[in-house]
Amino acid sequence: MTGIDLAFYVLAGVSIAGGLGLAITRSVVHGALFLILALMGVAGVFFTLLADFLALVQVLLYAGGVTILMLFAMMLTQVREQPEATNNTQRPWAAVASLGFFGAITAAIVVTPWPRTLPEGAQHVEFVDIAGTLFTRWAVPFEIASLLLLVALIGAIIVAREATE
Amino acid sequence: MIPLEHVLIVAAALFSLGLYTVLARRHAVLVLMGIELMLNAVNINFIAFAGYADPENFTGQIFAIFVIVVAVAEVGLALAIILRLFRLRATANLDEADSMRW
Repeated sequence: MTGIDLAFYVLAGVSIAGGLGLAITRSVVHGALFLILALMGVAGVFFTLLADFLALVQVLLYAGGVTILMLFAMMLTQVREQPEATNNTQRPWAAVASLGFFGAITAAIVVTPWPRTLPEGAQHVEFVDIAGTLFTRWAVPFEIASLLLLVALIGAIIVAREATE
Repeated sequence: MIPLEHVLIVAAALFSLGLYTVLARRHAVLVLMGIELMLNAVNINFIAFAGYADPENFTGQIFAIFVIVVAVAEVGLALAIILRLFRLRATANLDEADSMRW
């Protein structure tokens, strides 16, 4: 087992611990902090899987952007005054559904023959290669994605603004 | 090296935890966090397959970039909807947002 393998298992454990914390914590703010932990673990997993660019994007966008945005939303909706209801009858059913899903997926993964290891000579993907592919082969989806971001931006402003009349 | 099965099982565990969060929680922001966790689990799968099955083209990594773009757009819109819901109903509890219930 090399150092990168060990790093993968440690970071995978960190992200699963964060996800577990998010699933069982009672406080919404603690949930956001556990989510940051899980997403940083996922960023590390990306790095061990040769995706440097996505690891950086993950740290910048998720840990830096999305969770801060969520903390803002919590601040504005005053979650502190509304603790999560404890008499939640959906909880056992949710546990059954998610554990059943996990069991089914794991069984499918175990019985399927996969390429066991990374191919010989697999390299970290260079940023310049990602940029080159993104702006040539995937240029049309890239433009559609930028349009989607613009629409989401305008839509979020319109939905969230105060009614002025 | 890391066997591909282990990567996939980690992603499945994260997805299941996100699924549990979405199904069991009532606070809108927590449900959104569960969705984010599920999207990240899917991204792990994309990147694992990009590295193990298609290292020359890394199409999976490009896909993961688009998944992240859509997820971020979704977070912005969802938080705007949650703010509006809070302003109209003074709650972020999804069980109380039932005016479109049959």
